[in-house]
Amino acid sequence: MSAGIDLENVCCDFGSFRAVDNANVSIRPGEFFSFLGPSGCGKTTILRMVSGFIEPTQGVIRIGGADVKGKRPNQRPTALIFQNLALFPLMPIWENISFGLEVRGIDKATRRKKAEELLRLVDLPGAADKMVSQLSGGQKQRVAIARALAVEPQVMLLDEPLSALDLKLRQHMRAELRAIQQRTGVTFIYITHDQGEALAMSDRVGVMSQGRIQQIADPREIYNNPVNGFVASFVGENNIFQGEVQQAADGMASFATPHGTFRARLGELGDKPGKLYVRPEHMLLSDAPAVENSVPVTISDISFEGSFIAVHATSDTGAILSAEIRNDGAATVPEKGARVHMTFDPARAAILPDANVRG
Amino acid sequence: MHKFRQTLAHLYMVLFLIFLLAPLVVMSGAAFNDSKLPSIVPWRGFTTMWFSEMIADQRMMLAFVNTLWVAVAVAVLAVIVGTASAILVNSISGRARTVLYGMMISTILIPGVVIGISTMIMWTKLGGAIFGPDGKPWPFIPGLHLSVLGQVSYIAAMVMLLVLARLQSFDAGLEEAALDLGASHAQVMRRILLPHLYPAIGAGAAVAFFQSIENFNVTQFTRGGADTLTVYVFSKVRSGITPTINALAFLLICVTLLLALAYEINRRRRARIEAARQAEARRAEDAALS
Amino acid sequence: MQDLLRRYGPGLTLIMTLLVAFWLLMLVILPNMTLFEQSFRPYLPVTEIGGPRDTYGFGNYLKVFDGSIERSLFGISFSIPVHVMTFGLTIWYSMVVTALCFLLAYPLAYYMAKIVNPRSLPTLILLLFIPLWVSEVLRAFAWWIILAFRGPLNALLLSLGLIDDPIRWTNMGYTGVVIGLIYTYVLFMLFPVYNAVQSLDTNQIEAAEDLGAPWWKIHWRIVLPHAKPGIASGSVMVFMLSAGSLLVPSILGSTTSQWFTQTINQWFNDALDWNTASAYAFLLLLLCTVFVSIAMRLFRVKLSDIAK
Repeated sequence: MSAGIDLENVCCDFGSFRAVDNANVSIRPGEFFSFLGPSGCGKTTILRMVSGFIEPTQGVIRIGGADVKGKRPNQRPTALIFQNLALFPLMPIWENISFGLEVRGIDKATRRKKAEELLRLVDLPGAADKMVSQLSGGQKQRVAIARALAVEPQVMLLDEPLSALDLKLRQHMRAELRAIQQRTGVTFIYITHDQGEALAMSDRVGVMSQGRIQQIADPREIYNNPVNGFVASFVGENNIFQGEVQQAADGMASFATPHGTFRARLGELGDKPGKLYVRPEHMLLSDAPAVENSVPVTISDISFEGSFIAVHATSDTGAILSAEIRNDGAATVPEKGARVHMTFDPARAAILPDANVRG
Repeated sequence: MHKFRQTLAHLYMVLFLIFLLAPLVVMSGAAFNDSKLPSIVPWRGFTTMWFSEMIADQRMMLAFVNTLWVAVAVAVLAVIVGTASAILVNSISGRARTVLYGMMISTILIPGVVIGISTMIMWTKLGGAIFGPDGKPWPFIPGLHLSVLGQVSYIAAMVMLLVLARLQSFDAGLEEAALDLGASHAQVMRRILLPHLYPAIGAGAAVAFFQSIENFNVTQFTRGGADTLTVYVFSKVRSGITPTINALAFLLICVTLLLALAYEINRRRRARIEAARQAEARRAEDAALS
Repeated sequence: MQDLLRRYGPGLTLIMTLLVAFWLLMLVILPNMTLFEQSFRPYLPVTEIGGPRDTYGFGNYLKVFDGSIERSLFGISFSIPVHVMTFGLTIWYSMVVTALCFLLAYPLAYYMAKIVNPRSLPTLILLLFIPLWVSEVLRAFAWWIILAFRGPLNALLLSLGLIDDPIRWTNMGYTGVVIGLIYTYVLFMLFPVYNAVQSLDTNQIEAAEDLGAPWWKIHWRIVLPHAKPGIASGSVMVFMLSAGSLLVPSILGSTTSQWFTQTINQWFNDALDWNTASAYAFLLLLLCTVFVSIAMRLFRVKLSDIAK
């Protein structure tokens, strides 16, 4: 059983501070949906409004189509996984997992059976009688998930649950979470500031900044076609050129910059000014200038990153540009100090407005 | 030079411990001296007769039983009031918190004489106001129940401080997690918050119990005609006392020593178990990474 | 309050609020207000209570100034009301007790915090706690045994040849009282000071040593300033407990060592004049509070430091 969630014009104020501004999103049943953004962008507030710890100042929240206004956390079909997991340290694992059943008055034998079943689901058989302090970080993670699943929620809400783990374990748990979500079919709403996590696990991602949802799309779309500069910069690296739009036609435009005039895709600028964004991996190095979109540079620094090589270069106007070369064994890497040209495909560059902010 | 100062410090510690413990040894020793006056000099031979006389001393035994009842009542009330106050103070903030907290703390500093007299006067006057000057019913008459109320008025603050300190280490997220899993507020209190507070509540009950046993000032002004051990010893010291009281003191010291020992052993056992658990968690962590 | 409701719901919030209200109103505020009110009424036979003579006045308070006696200090003789003198001496000897407690406790607190092997600390603390578990009356009684004319202390000193004749310890003014109060309350100084010293980073002491500071300077400039809140807290406790003690002065006092609480006890339990006892009790509370506040102002300590 899983439910969809709809936010309609949801706002949340703390005093005079507007933490969430006019959020509209429709999350499908069974979807893995992530809210991605820097700390203080309002993503946690959205999660707490859905779980019922905060009431929205305006707007409607529907879970499975039903307005949940005024319903307390324990009356909503959601289960929250806390950032610090909030496992009960004084209860053994199985009591932790079956706590939600215990408070519903379910008898002990049934609870015990259910707890062991869930422990097998999260790949922790035999841990039922251990105490929380006996488990490693990753094991605690699984217990937290099992505890949330025990109440058979229609929606799971996860508040950066992987942030306390170290890097290697975090990557392992990503796959694990995704697998559990697919096995159970429950709607997952995942909160994170880590773009890698959001892109790797989610069906769709909502990128947030300053209380506003900037873009909702699937991970590829977010990365390849960001709607504005904030999304482009928050998700991945960019070379950014300041300038002005000159001529526009068929979704393409020419853009005058101090480095020359470039051609690129034109985003939804409205009446706002735009900047040109090119990802480093879309910057090509060549000895001769290309027909268009070419900047002469001097290589200033080369750093080896393992799977790719980052090349930093200075243009004649003093701007620093970067490119990435895939380390496929065949790539030629220029010398430091060499004069080369950085070029890019117009289809791979975009003219975008700044972030979507209120006012 | 450093070494010398260190030796001096150790010596000082030993002297201090002698200063603290010697009187108790002297008092215990006097319980076994075959002398009418409680003392250890001159030593007139070993005897256990004061213990049998102690049991025969009806008034003292009654006082002892009274003391225990008062102490139990104080411990129960002070734990309930003190715990509720700590939880309340912990979840409010700003000016209200400062005022309430200040008021609770200040009760510890109020002289016992003041607490005793004020408790006595208020309850008897209140009874007089409701029922007239004659035939006031319980609890508006002097008696040990007023001693209990008077003692609770400041002992609750001690319990409050202990529980409040424990609350600092409580993660309020656990309450939210329980609520989110469908627990009612009462279930959150019973299953999540109170279990976390039990060590402090236990310590608070012990402190309250011993503070009550030791109380003299409040009891002296509220007891009516009833005796507690402190009042009894007090009245006896000047008017000729026999070593029966030493016998009782010796037994009390033994019991408290045993309790303290049991507490310490239990504390160490728990620390060992917890250390073993953490070690297991670390091993699991390492296993997950390799 | 909002937070309380959200965390514990209306039912539990109501219960907790009622419990706190019961404590603070019924056990603290109302009794003290009654005491205050009663202290302004004259002591009358039961039949006249509420009658025409039952009017408010300062009569009970003015009794402090009755009955002067001659005293001389530094060669100047003067006459002073007995109860005023009792009160003055109570304050003075409470200060002496507080100061001596500090002098005794500070070295040990420092020892516990910085010198002793941390592994033996729990055992040491357990040993120190033992007297606290033994009832105050028994502790005073123990000293009554020790200080008796034919008691062990005199016997010890005589056998060591330090004195030639036994000393009447409990008949030397306030000596017995001061010894008893120190013994009873020194731990209330020790633990706050220990906590304060313990929170000092040992590196600071080592840095000062490294810079060549002598040991007394390290204490004067580093440790004592850091421990000030703990010292203040311990001092306030010891002072208030000493000034409010009735048991120790009654058991270990001499004929010449009247304590103010004993005077109150006489009004209340011997003269059965609750009204004057109320006035005196209120005076004790008020003047001790004022005294402590002034001392705190002088040493630049705030109440919030003490409540730690």
